[in-house]
Amino acid sequence: MRYEVIGVMRSSRRQRVDSLPITWSRLLIHVFLIVGGLLMLYPAFWMLSASFKPSDELFSDPSLWPKTFTLENYINGWNALDTSFGTFFLNSFIVCLLTVIGNVLSCSLAAYAFARLNFVLRRFWFAIMLGTIMLPGSILIVPQYVLFKGLGWLNTFLPLTVPRFLATDAFFVFLLVQFIRTIPTELDDSARIDGCGRFQLYWRIILPLALPALVTTAIFSFITAWGDFFGPLIYLNDQSVYTVAVALRSFVDSTGTSDYGAVFAMGVLSLIPVLAIFLLFQRLLLDGIATSGIKG
Amino acid sequence: MKETKVSSAWEMQLRVEDLAPPRQHSKVELRNYRVLKENVAAYLFLLPWFVGLVVFTVGPMMASLYYSFTSYDLLSAPQWIGLGNYIRMFTQDQRYLTALRVTFIYVFASVPMKLAFALFLAVFMSKGLRALGLYRAIYYVPSLLGGSVAIAILWKRIFDIDGIVNQALGLVGVSNQQSWISTPNTAMLTLILLAVWQFGSPMLIFVAGLKQIPRELYDSAQVDGAGKLSQFFQITLPLLTPLIFFNLILQMIAAFQVFTSALIVTNGGPADATLFYTLYLYQQGFGNYQMGYASAMAWVLMAIIMAFTAMTFFTSRYWVFYQDGRN
Repeated sequence: MRYEVIGVMRSSRRQRVDSLPITWSRLLIHVFLIVGGLLMLYPAFWMLSASFKPSDELFSDPSLWPKTFTLENYINGWNALDTSFGTFFLNSFIVCLLTVIGNVLSCSLAAYAFARLNFVLRRFWFAIMLGTIMLPGSILIVPQYVLFKGLGWLNTFLPLTVPRFLATDAFFVFLLVQFIRTIPTELDDSARIDGCGRFQLYWRIILPLALPALVTTAIFSFITAWGDFFGPLIYLNDQSVYTVAVALRSFVDSTGTSDYGAVFAMGVLSLIPVLAIFLLFQRLLLDGIATSGIKG
Repeated sequence: MKETKVSSAWEMQLRVEDLAPPRQHSKVELRNYRVLKENVAAYLFLLPWFVGLVVFTVGPMMASLYYSFTSYDLLSAPQWIGLGNYIRMFTQDQRYLTALRVTFIYVFASVPMKLAFALFLAVFMSKGLRALGLYRAIYYVPSLLGGSVAIAILWKRIFDIDGIVNQALGLVGVSNQQSWISTPNTAMLTLILLAVWQFGSPMLIFVAGLKQIPRELYDSAQVDGAGKLSQFFQITLPLLTPLIFFNLILQMIAAFQVFTSALIVTNGGPADATLFYTLYLYQQGFGNYQMGYASAMAWVLMAIIMAFTAMTFFTSRYWVFYQDGRN
C-alpha cells in the first residue's frame, strides 16, 4: 500500500489537453476505457447493491438495481455480533488516529535530521533506515508478539500504535526526507540569524512548509492502518477491542453462509472511510505533491 | 624561546603573534562546539527512530534469528535444536514444500499479468485524453480497496457456486456447477485474479512515466516511417524499463507476502492448493504455537525475497535502459 504514494506523486503533473481535437480513434479509446472501468468496478457496485437487497433476492437476482430496497441488512449487521459495529468503528478510528499522529510526528523528526543536519555516521544510519523499509514483516512478527505478550499489551491498541510513535514506518521518513530536501535552505538561514533554535526551525519553518508531504503521510498512514488485518488479527483476541477488519472476518466465520446481506452491508460501511479520504484529498494530494517535485 | 632581549619591535610583534593566537584558537573551538551541538541536536531528533529501530526492528530480528534455531511454544523457554527447523522444513514437511510451490506459482503468474495490464491501460490512457484524471481514479480504486477484508469476502462470494460469476456464465450458456473456490485449480485462479484486478497502482506509475517521454521522439520516428507498433517497441518500452524494473521489484516483494486474501477467500484450501507461504507461517506460529519453526520460515522467506530482488537487480543491466547513459 505505502509504495503507491510514489505512483500518485508521479502522476500529479497535469497535461494540457484542451487543444486536442476529438478523433474517432480517441473516441474509441474513451469507450474502451469506460467499459473497462465499469467492468473493474462491477464487483464493488454489486456488493453495494447486494447490501440493500433482501436476503431472498441476494443471489437469485444478478441485476445491480435492487427490486425491493431494504435497510434491514444494515440494521441486522450492525448488531450481529455480541459487540456492536459502532464499537469496532470507534476502535478502528482510535487506532488510525494514533497511527496518523505518531507517524507524522516521529517520521518528520527523523526526516528533519536526515535532510538538514550534519552528523557523524549520517550516511550509515540513512542506509539502515532505507534497509528497514524492505524488511518483510513476518521476520519481526514472532518476537514482537513475544515482546507485547510479555509487556501485557495483548488485547490493547498499544502494539498497533506505540511503534508508530517511534518512526517504525520508515517509508514515511524517506518520503519526508525527499520532500524536505527540496525546501530552499535560505529560509533556515534567515530564521537562524533571527535566533531560531533547531527545534524551533523544525517546528516553525520546516513543518509548515512540508505540509503537503505531511498530509500525504497522514493519508497513507490512515488508509494502511484502516485496512491492516494481520496486526489486529494477532494482537486482538477479545471482541470488544476488535477493529473493523477483524470484526468482519469473525462475522463471516460466526455466521457461516447464512446472512451475507448483513456481511456486505458492514463491508460497504468498512470501505467508506477509505473511499471518502481518497475522494476528499485526491486533489490536495495531487496538487501538494506536484509542488514537491519528488521523483519516485 | 626563553630569550628575554627583544631586538626590534618587528620581532616582538612576531613573537606576540606566535605566542598568543587566541583568536584562531577560539575559532576552531567555536567550530568544534557548533559541530558538537549539531551532532547532539541530530541525535536528539533521531532518538525516537533509534528507540524504534532497536526495540521494534533490530532487537526482534536478532530474537527471531535465535528462535529459528530453537523449539519454542511460548509456554516454556526456547530449546536449542540447531538447524532442526531448517532441516525439517526441506526434508520432512510436505506442506511446507507445497506452500513454497503454490507461492511461486502465485508470484510468477500474478506479477507479470498485473504489470502487463498496468502497462496496457497506461498506454491507452496516455493518448492525450480529456478526463484522464477520472480514468486514473477509477482504475486506481481496486488497488485502494482490494487488500481489504470486505473485498476478500466479496471475492469469496462472487466465485462461489451460486455467485455472480457462475450466474454470468449461465447467461452466456456456460453451465458451471462447481464453486471456483472449492476446486483446486480454479481457487488459485481466483486469487491471481484478485491480485491482477489491483493493477491500478503500477498503472499510475506508468502513466506518469509515459508523460515524461518527449513527443519529438515519436514525431521523428513517424518521419522515419515507423509504425505505431514499432514506435511502442522502439521508444515507449525501452524508456519505461526503469519503471518496469521498479514496479517489478515492489510487486514481487508484495506478492511473496500475500496473506489477507488467502486467509479469507480460500483459507489455504482446497487441499492446500492455495496454502501461501505467509499463511502457512501464520498457521504454524499462531495456530500451532511453533514459534521457532515460524521464525525459521520467516528467515527463509527473507532469503528468497532477497535472492529474487538481487537477481532482478543483477539482470537489470541487460534490460533496463537509462536515459542518462548509465549503461
